Amino acid sequence: MDQDVVIEANNLDLTFQTNDGPVHALKDVNLTINKGDFVSFIGPSGCGKTTFLRAMAALEEPSNGSITVNGMSADEARRNRAYGYVFQAAGLYPWRTIAGNIKLPLEIMGFSKAEMAEHVNKVLELVDLKGFGKKFPWQLSGGMQQRASIARALAFDADILLMDEPFGALDEIVRDHLNEQLLELWARTEKTIGFVTHSIPEAVYLSTKIVVMSPRPGRITDIIESTLPKDRSLDIRDTQEFIDIAHRVREGLRAGHGDDA
Amino acid sequence: MRSIIPILTVVAALMAIWYAGAIWMNSKWALDQAERAGVELSLSEIVTDTLAQERPVLPAPHQVVTELWQTTVEKNITSKRSLVFHGWITLSATLLGFIFGTGLGVLLAVGIVYSRAMDMSVMPWAIASQTIPILAIAPMLVVVMNTIGATDFLGKDTAEALFGTQPAFMKGLLPKAVIAAYLSFFPVVVGMVKGLRAPDAMQLDLMRTYSASGAATFWKLRLPSSMPYFFTSLKIGIAASLVGAIVAELSASPIRGLGGRMLTGSYYGQTLQIWAALIGAAVLAAALVGLIGALQRGTLRRMGMKP
Repeated sequence: MDQDVVIEANNLDLTFQTNDGPVHALKDVNLTINKGDFVSFIGPSGCGKTTFLRAMAALEEPSNGSITVNGMSADEARRNRAYGYVFQAAGLYPWRTIAGNIKLPLEIMGFSKAEMAEHVNKVLELVDLKGFGKKFPWQLSGGMQQRASIARALAFDADILLMDEPFGALDEIVRDHLNEQLLELWARTEKTIGFVTHSIPEAVYLSTKIVVMSPRPGRITDIIESTLPKDRSLDIRDTQEFIDIAHRVREGLRAGHGDDA
Repeated sequence: MRSIIPILTVVAALMAIWYAGAIWMNSKWALDQAERAGVELSLSEIVTDTLAQERPVLPAPHQVVTELWQTTVEKNITSKRSLVFHGWITLSATLLGFIFGTGLGVLLAVGIVYSRAMDMSVMPWAIASQTIPILAIAPMLVVVMNTIGATDFLGKDTAEALFGTQPAFMKGLLPKAVIAAYLSFFPVVVGMVKGLRAPDAMQLDLMRTYSASGAATFWKLRLPSSMPYFFTSLKIGIAASLVGAIVAELSASPIRGLGGRMLTGSYYGQTLQIWAALIGAAVLAAALVGLIGALQRGTLRRMGMKP
C-alpha cells in the first residue's frame, strides 16, 4: 500500500447486542480510502453506512477485523483529533453564538485566543457565513446552521471530514446549493471526505468513489470509481456519464435487495 | 393590559366571599354576646360588629390590612412586634437554608449523573426523605441541635466579638436553616439530574470526536444545558425553603419569625396576628420566586437562549 492511504478497513465486522438478540450491522467490510478522496456511502436504512462511518470515527467498536485511520487505530486517531465529524442535525449549542460554537473544539483543544479568532474567520469564510459570527443559532436558517456545523468540524484543521447525512433534513434546493459549496470547499481544502447519504444524485454528484451498501447484514455490494472530472457543476447531472454512474448505483442497490428475497 | 379586568373580577369575587364568610362565622359570637346582655341586634348592627371584633374567627380583609399596616409601617423595624423584624428572621433562615439546599442538591445531582452507584443509592433515599412529614422531623432536629449546641449562626461569642451584640437573626438560625435546606435540596436534585442528562447522544458523541475530557464535557455541555432546569428547580426550592423555615419556627426557640407569630397568635387567639403573618409569608414567597424568575430571565438572555 502506498502512503496515500488514509482509511483502511480489513474484514471489518460489527455486531450490536440488543434485547432482541445480536444485530449484524457490518459484515466483512473491506475498503481503502486515499488522501483527497471524496467517498460516499449509499444504501437503504439499516445497511450499516452510518455505523461504518462511526467506526472510522471510533464512536463504535468493531467486533472483528481492523480499521486504521492515518496508519493508527481508529481510537488513536480520534484521540489525535484526526477528523472533523458532521452529524445529521447541526447540533449547535443554543447558548453560544455561531463563532462561539466554532470555537468550541478549539477551546477544548487548547488553542490560543489569537489562533481561535484566526481559525474562526477562516472557516466562516469557507462556508460562506462571513458576518454571521455574532448571531445565535436560532437566528439562522436550517441550511445556514448546517453550514455552521461544517465550519465547526473544519475549525481545527483535521485532514479528514466525516459527514453523516448532513443535508438529509434540508429541502432539495438548499441541498443542491450546499452540495455545490461542499465541492468548492473540498477543492480548496483538499480534505479527505467520507459522506453518508441516501440520495443517488447527491452521491454521484459529489463523489470520486461511491460505496454501495446493502442491509442484513450490512455489507459493501459495489465500489464505483467515478469517472467524472473533479471540477464539476450542477449541470453535469444531465450528462450521459452521470446518468450511467447513477444507473450503476441503482443496480447495485437493487442487487443488494435481491439477495434478501 | 387586557388581563386586568379578569384579574380584578376574580379579586372582587374573593373579597365578597371573604366578607360574607367573616359576617357568617363571626355572627355567632356577636349573637351570644347580645343574648347575654339581653339585647336584640338588627342586621346592620350584626354586620358592623362582625367586621370589627378584636378576636374574630375570620378577620375581615380590611382588619388584616390595618394589622399589617400597624405592624410594618407604624412599628420600628427592630421592635419584636414588628412584622418586618419577624419577616427578616424567617428570610435569613430561608436564604441560608436555600443556599445549603441548592449546594447539596447540585453536588448530589453531579454525583448521581457521574456515578452509577450514587444513581442507584442516593435517589431512593432522596425520595424517601421527602415522604417523611417535616412537622415530625423539625422538633426532633431542633432538640438534637440544641443538645449539641449547634443553634446560633457563627456562635454567640464569635458574633459578639464581631458585631458587639449578637444580631437577632443569628440566634437559633441553624436548625431552621437545616430544615429549610432539607426541603429545598430535593427539587434541585431532581431538576439538575434531568438537566445534566439533557444533552442527547449526538451532542455527547460530538464531544467524543473532539476527544474532550470529562471536565470539558461537564463545563461546556452538561452544565450550560442544565441551566433552564436549574432555575425552574430554584423557584420550587426557594418556596419549599420558606415553608421549611416557617415550620421550623413553630418548634424553634426563641419563638420568632413568621412561624413564631403564627404560633403565638394561635396560643392567644390573636387571629389578626396569624392572618397578618400568613399574608406576610405569601408576599415574601412571591417576592422570592419573582426574584429567581428575574435572575432566570437575565441569565438565559445573556446565554442567548431564544426569548
